[in-house]
Amino acid sequence: MSDSILYSVLLLTALGVIAAIVLFVVSKKFYVYEDPLIEEVDALLPGANCAGCGSPGCRAFAEKLVKNDDISDLFCPVGGNEVMKSIAALLGKEVLEKEPTVAVLLCNGSCDVRPKTTQFEGPESCSISAMIFSGETDCQYGCLGKGECVDACDFEAMYMDKETGLPVIITDNCTSCGACVEACPKDLLELRPRNKRDLKIYVACKNQEKGGVAKKACAVACIGCSLCVKVCPKDAITVENFLAYIDADACTLCRKCVDVCPTHAIIETNFPPKKKKKIREEKVIKIE
Amino acid sequence: MLKTFSKGGIHPAENKLTSTKEIKKLKTPKVVYVPVSQHIGIPSEIIVSKKDTVQIGQVIAKSAGFVSANIHSPVAGVVSKLDKIFDSRGYKIQCIVIKTDPKDPANFEDIVYPLKKEIHLSPSEILKHITDSGIVGLGGATFPTHVKLNINEDKKIDHLILNGVECEPYLTADHRLMLERADEILVGIKILLHALHINKAVIGIENNKKDAIALFKKLTKNEKGISVVALAVKYPQGGEKQLVKAILNREVPKNGLPLDVGVIVHNVGTIYAIYQAVQYDKPLIERVVTVTGKKLENPSNFWVKIGTPIADLLEAVGGIPEDTRKILNGGPMMGKAIKKLNTPVTKGTSGIVLLSDDEAHRGESTNCIRCGECVYVCPMGLEPHLLMSLTEKHMWERTCAEDIMTCIECGSCSYVCPSHRPLLDYIRFGKKLTNECNLNK
Repeated sequence: MSDSILYSVLLLTALGVIAAIVLFVVSKKFYVYEDPLIEEVDALLPGANCAGCGSPGCRAFAEKLVKNDDISDLFCPVGGNEVMKSIAALLGKEVLEKEPTVAVLLCNGSCDVRPKTTQFEGPESCSISAMIFSGETDCQYGCLGKGECVDACDFEAMYMDKETGLPVIITDNCTSCGACVEACPKDLLELRPRNKRDLKIYVACKNQEKGGVAKKACAVACIGCSLCVKVCPKDAITVENFLAYIDADACTLCRKCVDVCPTHAIIETNFPPKKKKKIREEKVIKIE
Repeated sequence: MLKTFSKGGIHPAENKLTSTKEIKKLKTPKVVYVPVSQHIGIPSEIIVSKKDTVQIGQVIAKSAGFVSANIHSPVAGVVSKLDKIFDSRGYKIQCIVIKTDPKDPANFEDIVYPLKKEIHLSPSEILKHITDSGIVGLGGATFPTHVKLNINEDKKIDHLILNGVECEPYLTADHRLMLERADEILVGIKILLHALHINKAVIGIENNKKDAIALFKKLTKNEKGISVVALAVKYPQGGEKQLVKAILNREVPKNGLPLDVGVIVHNVGTIYAIYQAVQYDKPLIERVVTVTGKKLENPSNFWVKIGTPIADLLEAVGGIPEDTRKILNGGPMMGKAIKKLNTPVTKGTSGIVLLSDDEAHRGESTNCIRCGECVYVCPMGLEPHLLMSLTEKHMWERTCAEDIMTCIECGSCSYVCPSHRPLLDYIRFGKKLTNECNLNK
C-alpha cells in the first residue's frame, strides 16, 4: 500500500523535473529579445486600444514610439500632452505639444427645425442609408440620425438625443480619438480645439445649397449670407459654396458672429450669458 | 422542357398589368431636366450655355471620355439654366434645364418612320452612328453601347444574344416594344450582325410573353442565322451571365464578360435605338417607360422624352393612389425608391412602379437561422448570409475572397430570407467598400 503512494509521488516528481528541464531549455533556446522599454511605454499609455493614434492598438503604438527615432509626428489623443511628455522623458526623445481637441457635430437640424419628407425603412446604418438616398429630410448634407458615430465611440462620450434625433457629445468623456469622424458618412463631425472652459464657436451646418433652398430644408441652415464674415474682426470666417467656416486657430471667441447669424447656425458653447447692451444704448442717446 | 439557367433563381409574382396596353406617346413636357450623368462612366461635358436655343436631337453634352456618351436635347426650346436638381436618391446632380418652345411644331408632331430594311453603311460607320447617338444599354445598366461593341481583335465572338427576357415583375416596356416594333428590331439585329461580322443571333424571350415569341418565330422563319428561344420564367434571367448560360449553356468566367465566351448581349430596347440611330440618324432622346401599380387607375406604357419629370408620368396615369407607400424607379426587385417626384426620367428608367402599403411592407429583421435559402437562390453561387455578416464586421479582405464583387445585386436573397434580413443592402455597401479597399492596395 505505502509502496504505491511512494511510486506515484516519485513518478510525478520525476515528470515535473523533466518538464521543468525541457521548458527551461526551450525558453533559453527560443528566447525572443524584446526591448523592455516597450513594456514600460505600454504601461504609460491609456490602454484604450482605440486606434486614434493610427496604430492598431496601444502596444503597436508603444513599439512604434520605441523604434522610431523621430516621434514628433506621433500623438496619443486619449492620453494627451501629459502622457506624451512622460513618454518623451522616458525615451529621451522630443514630442510636439498639441492643443487638446474635442469632437463637435456640424449639424443642428433637429426634428423640429428640419422636417422629414420621406421615411426610411432599410437597415439602421448611416453609411448604408447614405448610399441609398440623401436622408429623410430635404437636406442632403445633414445628420441621418442612425447613430453610427455613437456605435463607433469607445469612451461613452456620445449618445443619441431622442427628441432632436441628433447625437450629443459629452465633452468631458471625449478623448478626440477620431473614431466618430471616421464613422460619419456625411463628414459631420470635426475635431476642434478645446480650451480650459471648453468655449467653442462653430458653424453647425454643412449645407452647401443656395440660401433659399437650404433654409427651406432646414430652419437653422447656414445660408451663406456672409454677415459673419463682415463682422469678424480677425478674418477667421470664410464662406465657400454658400457655407461659412470658422477657422478655430484665428478665432478669438469674441462671439460677434453668433449675434449676427440670422438662422442661428453659429453655435457657442459654455459661454456665460451676455451682459445686456443697455449701457451702450444710453450713451447713444446722450450724444444726441 | 424550356431552357433556363442552372444556378439559383426565384419566381416572384409576375404582375405584368400592362402587357396588353399599347405604348402611348406622353405629352411633351413644358420643361425637361436632362442630367449629364445618365450612363455608367464619366459624366458628359455640357456644350450649351444659358439662353441657347436648341433643336430636337442637338448634342447638348458631349462624351467626356471613352466610357461616356453624348446627350441630346429631347425637345426644341431654350436652355433656361444649367442647374443642380435632385436625382431619385435625393442627391443633387448637374443637369441641363430646357424650356420647351410651345410654338415649335417639331415638339408635338408624331413622326412616323417607315421601315427601312436596306443597310448601306459599313461596320465602322455603323459604330460611329451608335457612338454619336449616345446609345447606352437600355436594360437598366446604362453601359455605353459603343464601348460594348468596340471589341478587341484578340476576342472572337460568334453569337449575338438579344435580351427580351424582362424578368422583372411589373415591367412590360420591352415586351410591348417587341410586339409593336418587331420588324425594326429584326433590322436592328441585322445591322449589328453586319457590324460585328457574325452570322448567328438568338432572341431570348421568357415564356410569359407567348405573343412575342410567336411573332418573332413567324418573322424569323426565313431568316438564316436568327433564331428565337423561349425560356422558362425565372428571375434574374435578364442578367447577361444568366442569359448566356440559359441559351448557349456557356459559363461566363467570374469577373469576366460574355465577351470572354464569344457572346455579346444586347437588350431589345437598345437594338431598337440602334436601328433608329443607324437608319434614321435619330439619337436616343426617348424611351419606353412602364408606369404601373396595382392600385393605379390606368397603368400604361409610354414613349417618354428623356428628362421628363416623373410627376408628369404619374399624372398621365391618373395620379398617385392614396395608400401608396413607395414609388420605385425600376422594377420591384432591382428598382430604387424615389425620393423626389420632380426627378427626371433618364436613359436607364425602364419603369415606375407604385407599391401600396401591404406590398412595400418590409418585415422586421431578425437573426439568421442558417436555413441556407439565400445560398440556394443566389444565381452567382455566392453565400449572401456570409457576405452580409462579413460586411457588418468590415472584413474587406474576406469579402473580397468570398467574391462579393461578382454579386449582380438581383435581390433574390433578400426576397427569400425568412428572417427579413437586409442582405442586399449590406452586400451593396460591402461591394462599395471592398472596391475602395482593392483600389487603395
